[in-house]
Amino acid sequence: MAEGLGVSELAAVHHNVLDTAIRLGAVKTLAKPFEAGELLELVGSVLRQPRNAFHRRALAVALLIGAPAAVLQPISGDLSARFVAHWQPVKLAAMEGHFKTERGAPLRIGGWPDEAAGETRYAIEIPYGLSLLAFKDPTAEVKGLLDFPRQDWPPVAIVHVAFQVMVGLGSYMALVSAAALWLMWRRRELTRHRWLLRALVLAAPMGFICAEAGWIVTEVGRQPWIIHGIMRTAEAVTPMPGLVVPFLVFTGLYAGLGVVVAWLLHQQVLRSPEATEEDAA
Amino acid sequence: MTADLGPAELVAGCALLALTAYVLLGGADFGGGIWDLLAAGPRKKQQRALIAEAIGPIWEANHVWLILVVVLLFTGFPAAFARLGITLHIPLSLMLIGIVLRGSAFTFRSHYGPGHGQEGGEGGRTSQHWGRIFAIASAGTPLLLGLCVGALASGALTAPGHAGFTATFVAPWLTPFGVGVGVLTLALFAFLAAVYLTVEAPEPALREDFRRRALGAAVAVFVAAFGTLGLAHLGAPLMGRALTTAPWAPALHAATAVAAVTAIWALWRRRYRLARVAAAGQVALILWGWALAQYPYLIPPDLTIRAAAAPRITLVLVLWALVAGGLVLFPSLIYLLRVFKREPTRS
Repeated sequence: MAEGLGVSELAAVHHNVLDTAIRLGAVKTLAKPFEAGELLELVGSVLRQPRNAFHRRALAVALLIGAPAAVLQPISGDLSARFVAHWQPVKLAAMEGHFKTERGAPLRIGGWPDEAAGETRYAIEIPYGLSLLAFKDPTAEVKGLLDFPRQDWPPVAIVHVAFQVMVGLGSYMALVSAAALWLMWRRRELTRHRWLLRALVLAAPMGFICAEAGWIVTEVGRQPWIIHGIMRTAEAVTPMPGLVVPFLVFTGLYAGLGVVVAWLLHQQVLRSPEATEEDAA
Repeated sequence: MTADLGPAELVAGCALLALTAYVLLGGADFGGGIWDLLAAGPRKKQQRALIAEAIGPIWEANHVWLILVVVLLFTGFPAAFARLGITLHIPLSLMLIGIVLRGSAFTFRSHYGPGHGQEGGEGGRTSQHWGRIFAIASAGTPLLLGLCVGALASGALTAPGHAGFTATFVAPWLTPFGVGVGVLTLALFAFLAAVYLTVEAPEPALREDFRRRALGAAVAVFVAAFGTLGLAHLGAPLMGRALTTAPWAPALHAATAVAAVTAIWALWRRRYRLARVAAAGQVALILWGWALAQYPYLIPPDLTIRAAAAPRITLVLVLWALVAGGLVLFPSLIYLLRVFKREPTRS
């Protein structure tokens, strides 16, 4: 491997760099403005005290930053999907729960992939959808998992379900954001539309869950490789025994920090100044 | 030592410069935490406030340098990265926990209401708990960093074989020499922080507090440095020999001594800006002396810079990336410092 890189390896590297860039961009745009707890608390406060100017302005700022990103997100996601279709067909097949190679492959929404039986059950199938999305051609052939050696499959169910969660929540956030932007553009008072506020309360934790689901798709989806086509994860792991100890320690540490952050955000919004629009003017 | 410089040496040199920046800037942040732990006397509260104010705005920025060292190591020298990651798994994990806890505790502390740092009251007491975590993590992390550097310098980090758990994962870094380097690191960071704080202090009494601390830390550095050099002859013979007999050794020690004496003289005469330059120079020279003593080895006794290096094309691309990154990073950093570190204008 040290003797210079072949064309395929360079292509793989090139793709991974792009994929990472896109993924990072996606995660940033999603996670940042919708900083889960913050938005939740904000919207909750607006619902409780609709005349508090502090909360209303904060909500407007959050939406102005966050909503355009959420609306644009599906476009970058589509770009990302076509990269995966071209460079990591196994990952795409796992994301879609697509087992049998076929032309005019359907897009599966939901469902549960059964690895042993080699099929995805209970999914809503949209005819030609997958071929169209992955290759812009309704009759394009999409390779299925059964055409790849079993030892090169990622855990199909995890990847498929995470992908459904990501796309589902992402679509919801894009819709709610588009509605909010439309109302803001028409200069409507957002706080009068309580259905929108309730929808935003739901959206608050979604950005976070959506970003996490996206990471699961990327990282679990490329298993069993740590560097696609070059090095397997099993070959890369440290020979240090007892890795469960650092795993539990770091998990505990971050879970603890997460609890503290959630509590602090809660405190901060509760302590925010109570000001009506007249005070602010 | 022939001047045979290729891309591998250039990347290694950049990693050393990044490590120097981390020690001079991030090290002072750790040192600030140590002085937070040791805050005492009638101006205890003001000391802590000054430390928090000095660290606050540029604190995350300083970790850029540690990230750069890690990235250069794994892209430029994957073999060395793998060996360090395996043999130093325990101290590096503990160090990471220390860095995470320190950063979080510092942020959480300032969130606990206006009662931050004040005695009594729910918020005040919780704030004190976080302050304590911040201070302890600040002292523990440099100690661990020093243990890792000591293990590296001692030549104990050979390729992991089939020896037992303790022999592979504990014994190489938990040595008297390692502890010596850890204590030296702690002393150096405390010294840097105290010297920088003399420049940042807004009033003479507070400045005097940190002047006394800086002079005390200078003595600690002196003792720790000679103690470690003594331990090196037993614990790190290669390093000990290079630091005493190499042709460049007298010049290096002379330069370090000049910087050290200048720093102490400047502190004595209350010329704080000169003291800051001299102290930074002294610490950088100690770091470079270590690097020079183990050149051409990246991990003594067997892994040289050349042997650990990635393919040439990777190194060349990394160097270009460094140039491009520098064009973005340096103007941003200068802007950040100008915004947050300029003298407050009196109105």
